[in-house]
Amino acid sequence: MAALVKYSRALVTFSKNPASLSLLRAGCPRFCSGDVMSASVHDRIEEKRRAALLGGGQRRIDAQHKKGKLTARERVDLLVDPGTFVEYDMFAEHRCSDFGMEKDENKFPGDGVVTGHGRIHGRPVYLFSQDFTVFGGSLSSVHAGKICKIMDQAMLTGVPVIGLNDSGGARIQEGVESLAGYADIFQRNVEASGMVPQISLIMGPCAGGAVYSPALTDFTFMVKDTSYLFITGPDVVKSVTREEVTQEELGGAKTHTTLSGVAHRAFENDIDALLRLREFYNFLPLSNRDPAPIRPTEDPADRLCPVLDHLVPLDSHKPYNMLDVIQALIDEEDFFEIMPKYAKNIVVGFARMNGRTVGIVGNQPKVASGCLDINASVKGARFVRFCDAFNIPLITFVDVPGFLPGTSQEFNGIIRHGAKLLYAYSEATVPKITVITRKAYGGAYDVMASKHVKADINYAWPTAEVAVMGAKGAVSIIFRGDQDQAKKEAEYVEKFANPFPAAIRGFVDDILEPRMTRQRICRDLDLLSTKKESRPWKKHANLPL
Amino acid sequence: MASYRFNLVKRVPQFSSSLYRIARRCCSIYTTPVDTNEPTFDKILIANRGEIACRVMQTCKRMGIKTVAIFSEADRHALHAQMADEAMYVGPAPSNQSYLVMDRIMDIIRKTGAQAVHPGYGFLSENKEFAKKLADEGVAFIGPPSGAIQAMGDKIESKLLAKDAKVNVIPGFDGVVKDADEAVQIANDIGYPVMIKASAGGGGKGMRIAWNDQEARDGFRLSSQEAASSFGDDRLLIEKFIDNPRHIEMQVLADSHGNALYLNERECSIQRRNQKVVEEAPSIFLDPDTRRAMGEQAVALARAVDYTSAGTVEFLVDSQKNFYFLEMNTRLQVEHPITECITGVDIVQQMIRVAKGHELTMKQSDIPIRGWAVECRVYAEDPYKSFGLPSIGWLSRYQEPTHLPKVRCDSGIQEGSEISMYYDPMISKLVTYGDNREEALQNMCRALDNYVIRGVTHNIPLLQEIIAHPRFVSGDINTKFLYEEYPDGFQGRQLSDTEQKEVAAMAACIYLRDQVRAGAFKNENRMPLQPVNPAAWDITAIVQGQEMPATVTENKDNFTVTIDGQTLTVNNDWSIAAAVLDATINGQQNTFQCISRKGDEIKLQYKGTVFKVEVLPKKATDYSHLMPEKPKVEASGEVRSPMAGSLVSISVQPGQDVAIGQEVCVIEAMKMQNSLTADRSGKVKAVHFETGTNVSEDDLILELE
Repeated sequence: MAALVKYSRALVTFSKNPASLSLLRAGCPRFCSGDVMSASVHDRIEEKRRAALLGGGQRRIDAQHKKGKLTARERVDLLVDPGTFVEYDMFAEHRCSDFGMEKDENKFPGDGVVTGHGRIHGRPVYLFSQDFTVFGGSLSSVHAGKICKIMDQAMLTGVPVIGLNDSGGARIQEGVESLAGYADIFQRNVEASGMVPQISLIMGPCAGGAVYSPALTDFTFMVKDTSYLFITGPDVVKSVTREEVTQEELGGAKTHTTLSGVAHRAFENDIDALLRLREFYNFLPLSNRDPAPIRPTEDPADRLCPVLDHLVPLDSHKPYNMLDVIQALIDEEDFFEIMPKYAKNIVVGFARMNGRTVGIVGNQPKVASGCLDINASVKGARFVRFCDAFNIPLITFVDVPGFLPGTSQEFNGIIRHGAKLLYAYSEATVPKITVITRKAYGGAYDVMASKHVKADINYAWPTAEVAVMGAKGAVSIIFRGDQDQAKKEAEYVEKFANPFPAAIRGFVDDILEPRMTRQRICRDLDLLSTKKESRPWKKHANLPL
Repeated sequence: MASYRFNLVKRVPQFSSSLYRIARRCCSIYTTPVDTNEPTFDKILIANRGEIACRVMQTCKRMGIKTVAIFSEADRHALHAQMADEAMYVGPAPSNQSYLVMDRIMDIIRKTGAQAVHPGYGFLSENKEFAKKLADEGVAFIGPPSGAIQAMGDKIESKLLAKDAKVNVIPGFDGVVKDADEAVQIANDIGYPVMIKASAGGGGKGMRIAWNDQEARDGFRLSSQEAASSFGDDRLLIEKFIDNPRHIEMQVLADSHGNALYLNERECSIQRRNQKVVEEAPSIFLDPDTRRAMGEQAVALARAVDYTSAGTVEFLVDSQKNFYFLEMNTRLQVEHPITECITGVDIVQQMIRVAKGHELTMKQSDIPIRGWAVECRVYAEDPYKSFGLPSIGWLSRYQEPTHLPKVRCDSGIQEGSEISMYYDPMISKLVTYGDNREEALQNMCRALDNYVIRGVTHNIPLLQEIIAHPRFVSGDINTKFLYEEYPDGFQGRQLSDTEQKEVAAMAACIYLRDQVRAGAFKNENRMPLQPVNPAAWDITAIVQGQEMPATVTENKDNFTVTIDGQTLTVNNDWSIAAAVLDATINGQQNTFQCISRKGDEIKLQYKGTVFKVEVLPKKATDYSHLMPEKPKVEASGEVRSPMAGSLVSISVQPGQDVAIGQEVCVIEAMKMQNSLTADRSGKVKAVHFETGTNVSEDDLILELE
């Protein structure tokens, strides 16, 4: 048995050179002792391995390449460090005997999915990669079982799971067994949620019930032009609603990263996606019991950022780009933005400060004045909860004029959705540092990691204005009917459009020159690294859904 | 080899106070000491902004004079406002509501009690009315008398005066042009090529060259529009255009006691669209006799108009060293620093002294030519679009190379400054000097390599290319240099095989440094015991579309990169976070700037040009060959704004047929009108903007069907 394991390790480097196989055999006298049975078993093992490595065969592999897609094994090879992949269940085959499935030519070792573990920049990862060349990557009970096996181990060991999805859907020949397989995966997705990070990379079709596994994971990434996610495809849509829609329009990367918010980011092609995924993985801790990673940086922690001193325009109606603030402050301008094209009025993503992973949330004054609407609230809330679950400190940049008014927002439940962000921030016990760069108005001020929702350290830049609303609105209410609105407005501005009202009350801990912000945040993160906060026991909280 | 090591890293001091930097930057070049016993003004107002305001204040500080700055809304945090002893708000951002509003400036003068005004260049510097207003209030104008401004401000009158003063003038026709037909008539009388320009405008703005009747008509139309919008005076001038000319100018200095002298010449032949880009002093072309003759004519002209203060007489010089008077600029010239470098004279100091009524202390024989000086005008421009179209933006990172010896950098901006569309897009004037031309050029090369400008598109690629161009180095230049050398427009540096390998090697080293660090977690207890990283990394660097397989190894003191059988050794004592990387490749010094690192894409600035290098693991490129290339989306039939500006006119409507090359709209930016043409024939599908609206760079103005 020990020899077998060794064997598989050597083989899974995907050597296409048959000579290496025979070499291995020569080094393994136990199988080559002349015993006829052993030899034939050995030949069968070898044959199965070879078949497993070829998936659905060369013709299908070529077809896969022609579509601009890599094969399941090529993808794994790019994703993990060279020579680190260890495969499980290479010999697994489906047990279906209906519709001619029992025939030998309909059996493929591995059954359409490659599973196992490897390392990314040295750290372990469990992964599965669906093989479209075998039955279109369709999910059989065996296929599902393989995925469940690595997920179970991932939870036991506290190691993240990455799924590379490329599957036509359920293995229809298996019927309910296939559906059961999906549910087994869903159940594990939920159990693993908050324990280990789960990442889905959609690299081909993913339709029907299958979409709910990526939807349950922490992050869903897509490959442009070659991946689709939908509950029902264009044909069914047409027959039910008579809508004419293409695959790409219905569930392509653009749709899900800009319109639906189902996917968190899209990448150019398979190679780009897998290499970016390696980068992304480096921001994450391995589990909820691990600290957020720290790595060396050459960007000095005490670097001043004079560039920020006058970035915020004095005229509070003028926009600026919050990404400029973020890029200037973080290590080496290395920002991994999540959902960059969806609800652009809020910016979320991962960065490092003095080498520590941090989660960054910022209102984006450049888009819709940075107001909070339904989509922005949900986007922010989901991100904040991920960071909180995985010990990633949160840094929040506030320039928010309030929640977006309007019937469409109210009718669609801005109250319910806005509450999600409030809930997420209030619930989070990771270090929370907040910088108010300009406007912090109304309820949105409370929501955006204010002192009142237990943020640890709150700063205001000299341009900060913490108030119930803008001067114009406030004056028209307080001094209703007063002729001299302009004068009153000026008075209000003088009184409230500055950081003092909040600073006097201790709602901000300090008024900070923008250039000092990086230095202070880096020090705060050191200090807060031992923060321990616990909430009363409960089965689970009841997030407004 | 598995672990990530911290390297000893050379760091450029990042945060020296910009005020200190300015105070320090060029005192050493001056040989004209300040006589503290000589009476002078107590307080001077500088009626300008940007680098020239800072430049003037610097001399004021040297002379112990208090300074008053004026600033517009857009310049509230500008360096010139910070640098002055007093800074006063003058009005909204557009210059016709701020820096050009004489009454406001007069108010500020009264309020602050400034005794004199230095106008810098541009704005009110050659405005005789302003000079008169100041004189009426008894405030000294640091510049020539208004009579001289008036005489020289008009191109026709100035030529007549020059003729009378026995100064060589350009053959051609002088006259006011009434309409396009007359323009064509005059042009034919003179003979093509002719130059058409605004009578009232200075510099290259509004100058257009016509080689035939059609171009004469176009030139008349565009120039007169521009003249009207920029100067409020639509008079034009048409004259013979001298082929193969050099632009050489004489700096003159005169006092009110009848002394006048010339501070030698500046060669400003490297121009685009008749605007200077690179200047040098002295000119490689002039011999002592020509220099003397030119200098004496310049002085004669100054005397003829009772000139005082500093001025510049511009000449065109043909290949036979015949020189013709072009115009006289009655102000401090943009490129005055190079003259200061070679003569040691602080021209601003002398202007202030003359304005106070003092006599010049030097004689013509005291004016030396000390070595050589070169100036590059660093602009916020995209040099790949007709040698420079204005760009705007926010300087997210900015370091001047003034830590290098023999470098002077005159600027009025700092990290975090905004280059706005309201004013000239000049970032700075980078000046280097040396004992001879070769040294000055070498210093310029190094200074440009070390100049960090991020956030706005700038013309350093072009400047670096000019400075290193064999024809420029040999001195064989004329005002059409750029158009002759880059007939299809500037494309950036073309790398030699060796250079391409050097760029690939540097990118590979940056990649390796980043990859090794990626696995160097400080708080991870689940790393494997055996080394994570291979001893040698097989990668592919893609430079300018060419795949270069390479093997990279990090050794104790350096990296080894093997490309195509050739081994390059690269030092490793640079920081991946620094803006400038001093790399030694095979023992040779190279300066790179790492512009950005995004995924596998590393942008490196090398010899001025930014190269995008993709560095991928070798297996990634192997796999990429298995798949077909994604087809590129073809964008055609679209007219996009090449820069931010306002739409002056749109000459087509939806549904109209346009021909390839037909003008569809005109954009005005930075006082320049640019006509945009259709890139193919077709029917106009939609026009997305209206006349008079502002457009940003890359905005889609109209589409063809």
